[in-house]
Amino acid sequence: MSRIARTSSQTVGPFFHDCLLRADAQRTLLASESRLGQPIVVAGRVLDGEGQPVPDAMLEIWQADAYGRYQHPADTRDLPLDPQFLGFGRGGTDAEGRYCFLTVKPGAVPFDATRLQAPHLCLAVFGRGLLNHLYTRLYFADEPATDTDPVLAYVPAERRVTLIALPEPEGERTLYRFDIVLQGPGETVFFNL
Amino acid sequence: MSIGSSSISEIVRGDRAIFPPYLYEAYRSTLRRAPQQALIDVPLTLSELTGPGPRLAAVTPEDADLTTNAGTGGEALGQRIIVTGRVLDEDGAPLPQTLVEVWQANAAGRYVHRRDQWPGPLDPHFLGIGRCLTDAEGRYRFLTVRPGAYPWKNHPNAWRPAHIHFSLFGPRWGTRLITQMYFADDPLLPLDPIFNAVPSEAARARLIAAYDHDVTQPEWALGWRWDLVLGGPQATPFEPPFDARAEAQP
Repeated sequence: MSRIARTSSQTVGPFFHDCLLRADAQRTLLASESRLGQPIVVAGRVLDGEGQPVPDAMLEIWQADAYGRYQHPADTRDLPLDPQFLGFGRGGTDAEGRYCFLTVKPGAVPFDATRLQAPHLCLAVFGRGLLNHLYTRLYFADEPATDTDPVLAYVPAERRVTLIALPEPEGERTLYRFDIVLQGPGETVFFNL
Repeated sequence: MSIGSSSISEIVRGDRAIFPPYLYEAYRSTLRRAPQQALIDVPLTLSELTGPGPRLAAVTPEDADLTTNAGTGGEALGQRIIVTGRVLDEDGAPLPQTLVEVWQANAAGRYVHRRDQWPGPLDPHFLGIGRCLTDAEGRYRFLTVRPGAYPWKNHPNAWRPAHIHFSLFGPRWGTRLITQMYFADDPLLPLDPIFNAVPSEAARARLIAAYDHDVTQPEWALGWRWDLVLGGPQATPFEPPFDARAEAQP
């Protein structure tokens, strides 16, 4: 069958909040759905090319559960599945560009038939002025496998630091700080998906 | 697949005839938000080949009727329209049970949103938000009112053409799409930098809904038809990782 052309992307604009972040559409508390795994906080700021906070961005995250299993029909591996954990998050930034998710640290997931990826979150960034959303990944500085992750190997070494979140103690949870720089010095690595 | 990085305006995702560049100077909000480094190609893994779409299903039938879902007991003012179409993959196969979320201005061109402060009237019976799941044939359907055009501050006397925002997931992380649907008879389309950031005329045309008299219901509502195609890379192109390539060069 011949391929048909995809529908193009347009910006989410400034007025999405009432729809995409209404009380039952935003998901910043992923971990309250689950008692399995290490609870973590993922937080940071979204910044523009002048270092100014982006107050009207939206982030979505997608991750495996603590076993490294995705809640998706394509993940057919014989691993335990945490039925209470979808692994999807969606939240906005505040006036200072800050976002925050409460979740669990994901397990390792496969890269290919023989290699694992380091634990990571997939992130998508939406906002006024972004005609397409941006795809990135968050890795954990305190996971030894991060150093040898086969996807990070595709990123120029000097830019990998933009994808690695640093841990900070935060009560009973560990907070991983991850700023997203849309443009300029320290620009976050974004992927072509 | 590889993307050159010679010019900022060359930075696009996917098919450069379909997707807008990140930097489009006529749309001023891109100037400080567009990345300047080329997007990096990576092999697709289970992380990209899965996604939340198949599990997002919590909707009610009332969610798809924007003329009454404000819950006031009243009905939104404006030209009542039905917006319907199919969500397909790149092979033309329907994508069933896919969440479709929409938002729009009211008939006067005003959003409920607190940051929309232009002096267009608000409608107490219209929130401008809706959602539904596609059916087994990939069809979605909303009842709403035709949105108005509205002014914005991008350039002098700037007006957005009437549009409805659409957000869809599809089956994978890489099929996520947020876009806007426009109306075929809108004289503001040639003037709008957001619409015209889409590089090819064919791709722009695919953002425009067509009036469809077969969708129109007598004595009730005008019908507009708009199909969406979700896609993205599916195969994993295995190339040596960055370090290996660098080391292979003299």
